[in-house]
Order: sequence, then C-alpha cells, then structure tokens
Amino acid sequence: MAGNYSYTITKKEKLSNAIYLMDVKAPRVAKNCYPGQFVIVKMDEKGERIPLTICDYDREAGTVTIVFQALGASTQLMAGYEEGEAFRDFTGPLGHKSELIDMPREELSKLKILFVAGGVGAAPVYPQVKWMKENGYDVDCIIGARNKDLIILEDRMKEMVENLYITTDDGSYGFKGNVNDCIKDLVNNQGKQYDLVIAIGPMIMMKFVCILTKELGIRTIVSMNPVMVDGTGMCGACRLTIGNEVKFACVDGPEFDGHLVNFDEAMKRLQMYKTEEGKVTLRQREGATHHHPGCGCHDENEEK
Amino acid sequence: MDVLKKVPVREQEPKVRATNFEEVCYGYNLEEAMEEATRCIQCKNPKCVQGCPVSIDIPGFIKAVTDNDIEAAFQVISKYSALPAVCGRVCPQETQCEERCIRGIKGDPVSIGKLERFVADWAREHNIKPEPPKERNGKKVAVIGAGPAGLTCAGDLAKMGYDVTIFEALHEPGGVLVYGIPEFRLPKETVVKKEIENVISLGVKIETNVVIGKSTTIDELMDEEGFDAVFIGSGAGLPKFMGIPGENANGVFSANEYLTRSNLMKAFDKDYDTPIIAGKKVGVVGGGNVAMDAARTALRLGAEVYIVYRRGEEELPARVEEVHHAKEEGIIFKLLTNPKEILVNENGWVSGMRCVEMELGEPDQSGRRRPVEKPDSEFVLELDTVIMSLGTSPNPLISSTTNGLETNKYKCIVADEETGLTSREGVFAGGDAVTGAATVILAMGAGKAAAAGIDKYLKSK
Ligand SMILES: Cc1cc2nc3c(=O)[nH]c(=O)nc-3n(C[C@H](O)[C@H](O)[C@H](O)COP(=O)(O)OP(=O)(O)OC[C@H]3O[C@@H](n4cnc5c(N)ncnc54)[C@H](O)[C@@H]3O)c2cc1C
Ligand SMILES: Cc1cc2nc3c(=O)[nH]c(=O)nc-3n(C[C@H](O)[C@H](O)[C@H](O)COP(=O)(O)OP(=O)(O)OC[C@H]3O[C@@H](n4cnc5c(N)ncnc54)[C@H](O)[C@@H]3O)c2cc1C
Ligand code: SF4
Ligand code: SF4
Ligand code: FES
Repeated sequence: MAGNYSYTITKKEKLSNAIYLMDVKAPRVAKNCYPGQFVIVKMDEKGERIPLTICDYDREAGTVTIVFQALGASTQLMAGYEEGEAFRDFTGPLGHKSELIDMPREELSKLKILFVAGGVGAAPVYPQVKWMKENGYDVDCIIGARNKDLIILEDRMKEMVENLYITTDDGSYGFKGNVNDCIKDLVNNQGKQYDLVIAIGPMIMMKFVCILTKELGIRTIVSMNPVMVDGTGMCGACRLTIGNEVKFACVDGPEFDGHLVNFDEAMKRLQMYKTEEGKVTLRQREGATHHHPGCGCHDENEEK
Repeated sequence: MDVLKKVPVREQEPKVRATNFEEVCYGYNLEEAMEEATRCIQCKNPKCVQGCPVSIDIPGFIKAVTDNDIEAAFQVISKYSALPAVCGRVCPQETQCEERCIRGIKGDPVSIGKLERFVADWAREHNIKPEPPKERNGKKVAVIGAGPAGLTCAGDLAKMGYDVTIFEALHEPGGVLVYGIPEFRLPKETVVKKEIENVISLGVKIETNVVIGKSTTIDELMDEEGFDAVFIGSGAGLPKFMGIPGENANGVFSANEYLTRSNLMKAFDKDYDTPIIAGKKVGVVGGGNVAMDAARTALRLGAEVYIVYRRGEEELPARVEEVHHAKEEGIIFKLLTNPKEILVNENGWVSGMRCVEMELGEPDQSGRRRPVEKPDSEFVLELDTVIMSLGTSPNPLISSTTNGLETNKYKCIVADEETGLTSREGVFAGGDAVTGAATVILAMGAGKAAAAGIDKYLKSK
C-alpha cells in the first residue's frame, strides 16, 4: 500500500473506537500552516482527495497532525495505514487561518472566548486553544460527545485550557446534556460572559449552537466542512450560502460567521455523496440514535 | 486525388463512441499524412506561420513529412512547441494557422493540426525525445502552475540552460489538459503524460502538491529558496454561477467540478474512489468548449443531455468541430433558451429547470446580437442534473499574497504582452491567469514569450 511515496506517517494513535490521530511528514505544510487551516490527503493513485483539518504541527520536525474518523470507504482505508507507511499526496495548508491569529493583540486580550468542540471537532479546536495558551490568553472550552468513548484529546486539551468542560449526552462522563445545555448552564447558572464563541463539530451541532448564541447575542465563528474536490478554488463543489452571497469554503473559509451560514442548505449538500455503506456502518455502530431530532450532538458521525 | 480537398481523417463511429471514453479521432497514418503533406505548396512567405501563436515553422516540418523523415519533422516542431500532440488535437486550427493557409482560398486549407498531431504521435511511438540542453547556467527559475503556459515556459528556459522547478497545486501536472479536457479528446496516459515527460527530460523538476500563496509564497521562493525569477501560469480560476434560485440544490455542478471528477479523479472508471453523480437527464448551461466537454462526458456516463444556450447556433463559442461531434453523438441543443430557475424537489435535489425562449435583438458591445426574452415563452425542462458552464473569474490566491503584484479590473494579473513582465521585478506571468480563459496555444505562446523575457532579464542583471 505504501508505494514509493514521500508523505510518511511518523506516528499513529487510536483515540477512540473509530477515531485516529496521525503525524505525517510534510515539511512545506508544517512550515507555513496555522490553526484553522486544512490539508487534502490522497492516499494512493486511485484515492479520493480527502480534506482534513490541521490538528497540530511541528515546524522543526516538519510534521503535521491529522485526526479523522473512519466512516466511509476512504477514511476506513486510511485507518488501515500504519506508522512508516506513506500517503501519495498531502497538500496544504489550505483555507484561511483562524482570525484570532492576526487580530491585534490589544483587541484579543479583551475578548472572553468560549470554544465549543463536538465529536471529532475537538481536533480542529485543539490547535486554536493551544495557540491562545502559547500566546498568553486564557479561554474556556467545552468538549461534547454522545458518550465517554467519543471524547477525544481530553488530556492535551487540559494542558491548554484552564476551564475545560466535558459534556456527554448520556451523562456517562462530565456534565449530562449536549453542548447547548452546557453553554446555557455556563451562561445562565455560572454567571459566565462571553464575547465570542468558536464552535466546531458536526454541521447540525454548529447550527444549533448558532441558534442559541444568536439568542444570547454572542458572535459565533464556525468551521465548515462541505464536500470538496480540489480545495484551491477551482471546482466550486464547496460553495455555501453565507448571508446572501455564495462563498467557496476552501478559499473564502473554512471559518465563517455562524450567524450568516445557511446550514440547512449546507447539510443537504453534504449528503450528496454519502454512500450507503457509510450510512450502514453508522447505523450498525451507533444504533438509530443519529436521527435524534433537534439536538446538538447526535450527528457527529454523520457530519465531521 | 483532388488537391482542393484535404485527406479525410478517420473517426470512431458516433453511436459507438457515445458509450466509451476512447479517443474520437484516430488521426492520420503515415500514408495519409504524406499524402496530405504534398498539398502544402511550401510558400516562400507562409501565411500559416503568422496564424500560429508560437510561430511553428509549418512548411519546414511539412516538407520533412513529404520526405518521409518524421523524426526531422518532430525536431523542427520541438524547437517551437513542447506539446505538439496536445496542440494538434485541441488547437482551434480553423481560426489560427489553417485559416491563413493559402490553400484555403480555393478549397480546404492544409490539415496542419492533423499533420502536427501525426508527427508528435509518431515520435512518441518511436520514442524520439526533444534534444536536451547543452549547458546549464546555474540560474534558478520557479514556475507556478503546470498547465500549458507553465510547461512551455519551463521547457524553453530549460533548453536555454536554466535550472527550472515547476510548483503545481494539484497532485498531477497538466492543468486543464488533465482536469478539464476529457479523455476522449485528449488521452491522458498516452498523450499528455508523455509530453510532460518530454518536458521533464529537458531537466525541468516538477513539485506537485504545492499551493503558492499557501504552502509558500513568491517572496519566500525569491528570498529564501534562491529563485532568480518567477513565472506565474496559474490558470483561470473560480467557476461562475448565474445567481438564479435553486443553484445550490443537490445535483447542480460547475463544469469544472463535473469534469475534474471525471478526468483528474477518473470517476468514470470504477477502480477509482472518487464519486460522480452522472445524472439521467442532464442540462448543461453554456455554449463554449467547456460546455461541450461536460455534455459529452455526461452522455458517455449514460445520460440524456441538453445544451441550454441563450444565443443561436452561429454564436456558439465552441469550436465547430466540437459542436459537430456533440450533435453526431446525440446531444440535444436548446438554443435561444435561458434558464430562470432551477426547480428543486422536497429532498433538495434538482427536478427541472424553468427556462425562457430568447430572440436576437440589436448587437451589443461585443458585436453579437443581444438575446432578449420572448414574452410568454416560459417552459419547464425536466432534469435531474444541471451543469453550469459559464466561465471563470480569477483565483485570488497568488495576487492576494504577493506584494506589489498589479491586477486589472477583472482581477487578472497585469503582464507585458511581449515579455510577460508584471509590476514586480523578476516576476513574470502569462496564460489564462493574465488573459482570462483562452486557449492552450495562446497560453503556450505567452509561456514562450515570458521565457524569452526572463532570459533577457536575467542576462541583463
Ligand atoms: C475543510 C474540511 C475539514 C475536515 N476536517 C476533518 C477532520 O479533521 N476530521 C475528520 O474526521 N473529518 C474531517 N472532514 C470530513 C472528511 O473529509 C470526510 O469525513 C471524508 O471525506 C469522508 O469520506 P469517506 O469516504 O470515508 O465517507 P463517506 O461517508 O463514505 O463519504 C462519501 C463521500 O462523500 C463526501 N463526503 C462525505 N462527508 C464529507 C464531509 N464531511 N466533508 C467532505 N466530504 C464529505 C466525500 O466525497 C466522500 O467520498 C473535513 C472536511 C472538510 C471539508
Ligand atoms: C473543459 C475545457 C475545455 C477546453 N478546451 C479547449 C480546446 O479544445 N482548445 C483550446 O485551445 N483550449 C481549450 N480550453 C482552454 C485551455 O485549456 C486553457 O486556456 C489553457 O489550459 C490555459 O493554460 P494555463 O497554463 O494558462 O492554465 P491551466 O491549464 O489552467 O493551468 C494552470 C495550473 O496552475 C495550477 N495552479 C493554480 N493556482 C496555483 C497556485 N496557487 N500554486 C500552484 N499551482 C497553481 C493549476 O492547478 C493548474 O494546473 C479548454 C478549457 C477547459 C476548462
Ligand atoms: S500549434 Fe496550433 S496554431 Fe500552431 S501550427 Fe499547431 S495547430 Fe496550428
Ligand atoms: S500557407 Fe498552407 S500551403 Fe502555404 S506553407 Fe503554409 S501550410 Fe503550406
Ligand atoms: S473545493 Fe473546489 S472550489 Fe473549493
């Protein structure tokens, strides 16, 4: 499977039942990437171009960390790659960096920020909270998932975040409830005030977080993961409606003002290529819960 | 033999080819090529050469064909063009070299394109390579984008002795030649890949998966990686949409996406992982080469296909040959028809397109008669897939990350036509990135001019 490829996997770790972390040697990407950006991985000659968010990077070692959930054919195949093997292609960094990175320090130091990570969304949130910590800012962070097994990166997050809140739908770990229940608890019961929420997770979760934060009057940034092909602004597959405008997530995003995103359209478009086999695996693994209506956290396997 | 008529070229039967991705046109064999070559009267002042954007010595290579010295013919062409097998196939010859051919005044012009294709194919089959450079001068040039403009610029500079690296954003070099133009017009493995290998054999390095403006910048290439000059050949950019209701429904694609899935990602081949939604009833909006390619691809994937274009047959911007092929294969043309809305079913998928008939009114600025809506002529075309082929607007990745790089009001990079020089010292540009979507050979011409411009600049430095 490895072929004569150069993007070598230097480390592989299983984070949960079906979520994997890999460090991949890609010096050009590692040199210039920032939190908020993503890469495109093509495993071999016949593979798809798979977009994955950058979870961490080591500029000196020239490696980039990705975290992915083995869902359909492609990501399951990727889960079969071992340390020492290599991918054919690994392109990036793509998309814009998080707006926090270029914000004037004075402004940033005044902001009270809450990060909200749903399911695999913990992976893209991690580099952002890490960057904040390393630059001397404190943030709050919620990690939510359906149950304890699906909570990932907790230890790494703890090192970066003073106030880390864990919440599970079934109460098997931490707070009982979805991320929205947790946000409400923080704001209504614990007297927390936030100027900015950064929510990354399944689209359905981001949608409901945005409905809530709109009510609460808190500006909210989300990271969108529509279907992509090239990732360089050539094909238009990743288009979204933001406000009244069409935007391309790969070059204009992937982060957008969540209160302007047309989530219903984006969620429909995301289903376009969902394979039957992906849906079946999901049903087998998760039972019928992923059709839970109206809630924030039940669809992580469907989306991210 | 009737000297007024060109030797006809053999093609795959329309009915058969409508179901496969093999090449439509078989090209000439040696006998046919030699016969066609004798029709050239070897003009002292050959008009045809003026019609070719890279000024190929056309009578020169045709003479060698009549002498049955095809290798010599190939070396003549190679002096001017790095991609003859490509150009012989996709150049709009009828409006370039062949339009000027003296034979065309009375009868058919010489089939210059088909002869060029024959020579290049013959050379490939006989493993003849272009001549590599004699000496290297140690100067480094970076080329951004491995499309026709970038490959030509790189090839020419390598021949002059420069150390050239091409940086390509995608995982394969070739630009539109690999992701846009379909297999049945331009075979990838046998033709495109081989001509790119010829460029590599001149000493050019190609680094794929590098997105300039993201993975690294032009400033870094010049300041940190030691490149003495840079050529930008990054192509046309983002697809345009109409802005009509329903355009983001499931089942609406840009031609770029549809073609990229089929060509670059080989979705038509079940062995490859990338999915494509072929559609059963497909409407392609637009009338250019890109629209024809998308339509003929959908047809081959099993769909019934409509071309929806708001002007008439004469105004179709696509090459005549492509329109002719599309019709032969069974594409249905809905001309003088404009989409108003894409209809969407309850699951969010396309169910049809509301259209209006048009008629031609007064000429507009482009000199073409402007289409206006016919009153009370709306109708619904039942469709499950819509492919938008409306052209592109420039990609800002490079212009927004390069200080001092001037763009025009259309956001295209501004470059001098003769030398390719941009507003930044040492930075040159050409091809679709400068002109907006044009043709392979014009992009190659620009790459060539810039190679000369870079050479002059570096020698004077
Ligand atoms: C900017 C961006 C960042 C992402 N970051 C991550 C990440 O860090 N970790 C992670 O696990 N996943 C991430 N994803 C989603 C990941 O790319 C998809 O899960 C993956 O493509 C699904 O492939 P599959 O064949 O295994 O799944 P299937 O469910 O079988 O998918 C079938 C097809 O649908 C398309 N598709 C399905 N879901 C998605 C999706 N969410 N996004 C894009 N295309 C999709 C693909 O074309 C795929 O071939 C990200 C997506 C984007 C656009
Ligand atoms: C479907 C289709 C059919 C066509 N048919 C014909 C035809 O029959 N005849 C004809 O003459 N012309 C045709 N054309 C037009 C022709 O293909 C183009 O005019 C020509 O390819 C332009 O060449 P180029 O080198 O400027 O750009 P491109 O071919 O677009 O190549 C640009 C390259 O640069 C890369 N790139 C872009 N940005 C970056 C970056 N930031 N960093 C690194 N690399 C980057 C791209 O990935 C691409 O590989 C067609 C076009 C299309 C889309
Ligand atoms: S490159 Fe194109 S224009 Fe020039 S001779 Fe060949 S076919 Fe004609
Ligand atoms: S103009 Fe026609 S006949 Fe004259 S040299 Fe050119 S190809 Fe031959
Ligand atoms: S993925 Fe093709 S334009 Fe964004």
